[in-house]
Amino acid sequence: MRGPLLRSRGECVIPASSSQRPAAEDAGTPDVPAVALRGITKRFPGVVANHDIDITVRRGTVHALVGENGAGKSTLMKILYGMQRPDEGTIEIDGRRVSFKGPAEAIACGIGMVHQHFMLADNLTVLENVVLGAEKAHGIGSRARRRIAELSETYGLNVRPDVLVEDIGVADRQRVEILKVLYRGARTLILDEPTAVLVPQEVDALFRNLRGLTAEGLTVLFISHKLGEVLSVADEITVIRRGTTVGSVLPAETNPKQLAELMVGSELPTPATRESTVTDEPVLTVSGLHLSGTDSDGLRREMLADIDFTIHRGEVLGIAGVEGNGQAELVEAVMGVRIPDGGTITLDGEEISGASTRRRREAGIGYVPEDRHRHGLLLDAPLWENRMLGHVTEAPNSRGPWLTGAAARADTRRIVEEYDVRTPGIEVTAGSLSGGNQQKLIVGREMSHRPKVLIAAHPTRGVDVGAQARIWDEIRRARHEGLAVLLISADLDELIGLSDSLRVMYRGRLVADADPATITPEELGTAMTGTASGHLTAEHGDADSDTDSGVDSGPGSGAESGDPNGPEGGAR
Amino acid sequence: MTVGKPGVVARRLNERQREKLILGVAAPLLALLTAMAITSLVMVVTGDNPFTAFSVMFDFGIKSDSQVWIINKAIPYYLSAVAVAIGFRMNLFNIGVDGQYRVAAFFAAVVGGALSLPGFVQIPVILLVAMVCGGIWAGIAGYLKATRGVSEVITTIMLNFIAGSLIAYFLQEGRLAEREGNIVHTPDIPESSYFFEFATSVQPIHGTVLIAVLIGAAYWFVLTRTRFGFDLRAVGRSESAAEASGVSVTRTVVTAMLLSGAVAGLVGMPTLLNESGNYGNDFPEGLGFTGIAIALLGRNHAIGMGFAALLWAFLERTGTQLEFEGFDQEIVGVMQGIIVLSVVVAYELVRRWGVRRQQRLVGEKLAQARKSDNDQAEVSA
Repeated sequence: MRGPLLRSRGECVIPASSSQRPAAEDAGTPDVPAVALRGITKRFPGVVANHDIDITVRRGTVHALVGENGAGKSTLMKILYGMQRPDEGTIEIDGRRVSFKGPAEAIACGIGMVHQHFMLADNLTVLENVVLGAEKAHGIGSRARRRIAELSETYGLNVRPDVLVEDIGVADRQRVEILKVLYRGARTLILDEPTAVLVPQEVDALFRNLRGLTAEGLTVLFISHKLGEVLSVADEITVIRRGTTVGSVLPAETNPKQLAELMVGSELPTPATRESTVTDEPVLTVSGLHLSGTDSDGLRREMLADIDFTIHRGEVLGIAGVEGNGQAELVEAVMGVRIPDGGTITLDGEEISGASTRRRREAGIGYVPEDRHRHGLLLDAPLWENRMLGHVTEAPNSRGPWLTGAAARADTRRIVEEYDVRTPGIEVTAGSLSGGNQQKLIVGREMSHRPKVLIAAHPTRGVDVGAQARIWDEIRRARHEGLAVLLISADLDELIGLSDSLRVMYRGRLVADADPATITPEELGTAMTGTASGHLTAEHGDADSDTDSGVDSGPGSGAESGDPNGPEGGAR
Repeated sequence: MTVGKPGVVARRLNERQREKLILGVAAPLLALLTAMAITSLVMVVTGDNPFTAFSVMFDFGIKSDSQVWIINKAIPYYLSAVAVAIGFRMNLFNIGVDGQYRVAAFFAAVVGGALSLPGFVQIPVILLVAMVCGGIWAGIAGYLKATRGVSEVITTIMLNFIAGSLIAYFLQEGRLAEREGNIVHTPDIPESSYFFEFATSVQPIHGTVLIAVLIGAAYWFVLTRTRFGFDLRAVGRSESAAEASGVSVTRTVVTAMLLSGAVAGLVGMPTLLNESGNYGNDFPEGLGFTGIAIALLGRNHAIGMGFAALLWAFLERTGTQLEFEGFDQEIVGVMQGIIVLSVVVAYELVRRWGVRRQQRLVGEKLAQARKSDNDQAEVSA
């Protein structure tokens, strides 16, 4: 049974100190977990990506790993696949403790990874792609062909070895990827968001394949945030939240509601912030906004349609929605990065629909972008130059056409002090700060110009808990002083805790609204799948979640099924 | 603790500035030494004595007529490097400085030869024509980049060839040129249009050195002290962040290309206004490519590029002397190549070292903060 593993290239490295048991005997017994992660902790400068992760994956099962975006799933899988090394904790494969220096060693130990973005050479055939890089295993000729046919047969993959990869569809490519890792002797397969690119029928087929694999004694680690799919395919589910495992459940003993609760965290922020500061003075009014764009397939599609909302002084408007349903486009349209083809945007009584991004920022729009590395910072530039970014036309950064470097430096020091940016000085580059400190700098920068409205896209994504609290406080404080905030977030706690009103975005439209005082994360999560419309009350929400997310809902139902054709596909 | 803080910060800053200076000087020095070592090795292998060669170069290079020659030669090199560096600072690779300065010099020579205004009017006119022509030539590439997304690398290379053909077409008897022996050239500019010179005990230094100094100062000032320069650098560092911050990337691309081309237009002026007085088929070519090497060597820094240009001229001057002394002249070419390579490698190494060091400092700071947090927690508990 362990034949392919031992024969494959590389060496399965086992630290001498850790061979507590005779592995060969245990390997076949089902009691020894295929993968056991114990106390895994991984720190990046200033951020803890994973801490105290404990996962036990039984042999011959599909084990799902679920969690929000940014919860730390990918980092964990990179650790298991040898792309990152954990700072603490142990990895056991088939009961033997291992420590990988790179993916090659992980492969040698029977771990295979199917990446979300396929790693195939389009201009080679399926056979060539499978053999590429693993020529030593079975050569490149008839032996390799036989082995591929054999694998394809055993696991029902239906792979045609001689077609060019560019001629086959997405689902076929995925099967080639699976075959690739099997060919390299994998006994444990990691699939990173494998259904993201598939249509419902293909998802069903994939799940049949996965069951075929586990029936033959292989183990599958399935990463996803789509609860319906997870419940239908997994034998066991581990939930990750904010970098740590919060629980393991069996699909039969849980329901989507419980799972969502585990995933997003059920404890709501303190209701002390509930007292309303909303006034009836509109600050940002968007009406009839329409944007069409070209998606990745080159097709013209509607990205945004009929967007209407008004944010008043002291109001936080939260936009909930599964990522890729037009939130990014909405932000870019409000910022003037994308030019909408219809509708008006009014800021404090002044129409800014045609204004440039710079003009809008000068007029009082603050911006905390979703991707701070790409849109919020100059990573190679010192902090004080980053303090100028986006506000270079305003004091204290410049007077007329001239920069006022000394004043900008002094103000950067103030921001560092006031917003608790942990840095040795303002001359260090922004790229050397940790995510939380970078974000505090951005928030500090934007708040320093006393914006009338703040566009905050995922303001606390990927930042540590301390910085998160700090940023939340800052938004609450500014809201108290009359700031209007457009908040876009995938963290439902954050949305419900900070917002004065909530809208749900689905496929480029605002399809529903909700009162954050009464709605629960689960209800909101259900509405995000596009099944609800109009005003969501607590009762309404309950009814929705009952009809939509019952255990019987297969992978083909629900919102995920339509996504490849929806705005999500286009935003990629 | 809080009392001591400003002092600590100030010391850190000074440390950093000193460090920055040391790093800035150390990298090119290190590169130069490495290059000399490798060149010596090459010479030893080919059977020459490197020490003799270096001493010949040094002795000949510091002679006063050599010094003047080197300075005069460095002027167009420096201008060319600045033209390239403007592009580099915003991630544009303007390979077309060569074509830009030739087109500019040609038409400037034509205009200069056709007019006979007083010098103080005509010289600015000639300079202006050169800058406009260079700007237009580079602007074509900038426009295509901004509106159609065509890579400026491709367009500027192609424009170099078009420039060559364009000049070849007009540089014929009966068109815009006249023949003088084997040389076909544009009509000479009047004596009064020659740029002034600084007399020395040997040959004079070209007055156009002032143009180079002015351009260098303007380059430094605009990039580091103006809003426009900030926008330009922001685009160079991250186009997406610049755009989100409100910089119009397309407009900045076009403007930067126009500026780069305008400076490139000046590259031919020292030759035209101080030496030849016309544009003939013996007008120097390839200065644009030298400019790329010098911009790299000088790290796009106004002063750094000055030293790099002088070094380059020094190597060329002394290379000819090596030939007289029986060495292979090609050794200078080898040396130039090795210097550029070592510089690029050394800069990258030093940059990475700097980044790592910074991250360590940040990490220390965080650890410190965490420790003091813990201490506080313990105290309050």
